[in-house]
Amino acid sequence: MPLPDHEPLQQLGGQPSDGGERSDARLLLLSEADNVLVARSRIRAGEAVAVEGTTVTLAADLPLGHKLARRPIRAGEKIVKYGAPIGTATKAIAAGAPVHVHNVKSDYTPTYHLMDAAGGKEGRA
Amino acid sequence: MTMQGSTMQGWLRSDGRKGIRNTVVVAYLVECAHHVAREIAIPFREHDVHVIGFPGCYPNAYAERMMERLCTHPNVGAVLLISLGCESFNKYALERVVRESGRPVKTIVIQATGGTRKSMDEGRAFVAEQRALLDAAPTVPMDPSELVIGTVCGGSDGTSGISGNPAAGRAFDMFVAEGAACIFEETGELIGCEHIMAARAVTPELGAILEQSVAKAARYYATLGYGSFAAGNAEGGLTTIEEKSMGAYAKSGASPISGLIKPGDVPPHGGLYLLDVVPDGEVRFGFPNINDNAEIAELIACGSHAVLFVTGRGSVVGSAISPVVKICANPETYRRMEDDMDVDAGRIIEGKASLDAVGREIHDLVVGLGQGGRTKSEELAHQEFVLGYKSFEPIGPACLPV
Repeated sequence: MPLPDHEPLQQLGGQPSDGGERSDARLLLLSEADNVLVARSRIRAGEAVAVEGTTVTLAADLPLGHKLARRPIRAGEKIVKYGAPIGTATKAIAAGAPVHVHNVKSDYTPTYHLMDAAGGKEGRA
Repeated sequence: MTMQGSTMQGWLRSDGRKGIRNTVVVAYLVECAHHVAREIAIPFREHDVHVIGFPGCYPNAYAERMMERLCTHPNVGAVLLISLGCESFNKYALERVVRESGRPVKTIVIQATGGTRKSMDEGRAFVAEQRALLDAAPTVPMDPSELVIGTVCGGSDGTSGISGNPAAGRAFDMFVAEGAACIFEETGELIGCEHIMAARAVTPELGAILEQSVAKAARYYATLGYGSFAAGNAEGGLTTIEEKSMGAYAKSGASPISGLIKPGDVPPHGGLYLLDVVPDGEVRFGFPNINDNAEIAELIACGSHAVLFVTGRGSVVGSAISPVVKICANPETYRRMEDDMDVDAGRIIEGKASLDAVGREIHDLVVGLGQGGRTKSEELAHQEFVLGYKSFEPIGPACLPV
């Protein structure tokens, strides 16, 4: 099995990297097999971004390092990043929608997170 | 930091290893002796005198072995042990091991010495005397192939696995090619990567052992109810332990994996090693590592001369004994916390530098630590240290096949 974290990353440095041929340049595609894109810088709510040729308007800020769906993802489908499964969708996710603890669960141990850093609510996904 | 070729200067120890620092360690043997140890070291804190110790009053074989390895680490030139007097730690055995290594060593027992003030005065006199001797000690040439380097990530976020961790992996590949020993760790943060990692082992038997070590970690964390995953990881865009693991795994680079070691095992030769930090047997004593510094201390106990620390959220820690090189994966964090960061790996995300270029920068920075260079955390006098209770079985022969 190839090392999914190296092959795509080699393309990154010093080269124009973008979210694939048909996605916004602020979104990073780490492996062709992925169904998520990663923000290379914060993208503000209300901004229009191209995702696989379709224009999507962001409902909320997408911070640096956060993910959105590259294409529609079914409930129960694996989330694939670096070419490897990183969890399972708990509900249907539309193309361009954020992919995070509210719609993904670990296949190993639950994720401990604070729902809102300011409010301090806790949750497990 | 300017490069002067790749030859470093080190201090030669009786076991043949060389240190890139010549530190006096003041080691407390129970929390009740911690204050006295700290007070002894404070006047010397910017002159390579570091405090380490074990807080527990009850015996633990892992902790005693860790303390032996740390007190005879190649970066350590002299040792002062501080005992309260009634704790269970075997101070006699530790003093004997340090003396047999050829290092000056002294034990101060606070109860026998007559309390805090007398112990402080006696301790500071010993440290001043040793510091003067070590400052005059000669160095010998040292080659990068003689280095042992550890890597850890902490305060990870969605950038860590894209920039900082793979750049550290490139630096590891360069060091392994030069004959150095490189150690990556935290089997709890390799959950989901076990099969691709096992395929890189130098023998199928070692591959099976690598998989078993991750399965052990998954079981251990499942019993505790939480993965090796902090709330800040999720805030930084990481969704699951598998996602964090895939990013963390990139620190290992692409070299074949030569062996599996446990805390205190020194790699027998150059190559890439996995450090299994999760205790053996039933779950006891709580979380395997309560924070990043517990992992850093274990990497150092395995002989690491320096530790590469990749952070996205922005950790500020350093360590006692060995320099910690902080590699900042997140360009926004770097701009906010530049004074704490040695390497700006966020340039990779911004398209301003390649992984290879940043990997080379990390490699050269580590070599420079043996040429008079110091890390940001050293300059800021970060000397964090933590050691707790654990239990391990010794490694078997299949763990080190070559």
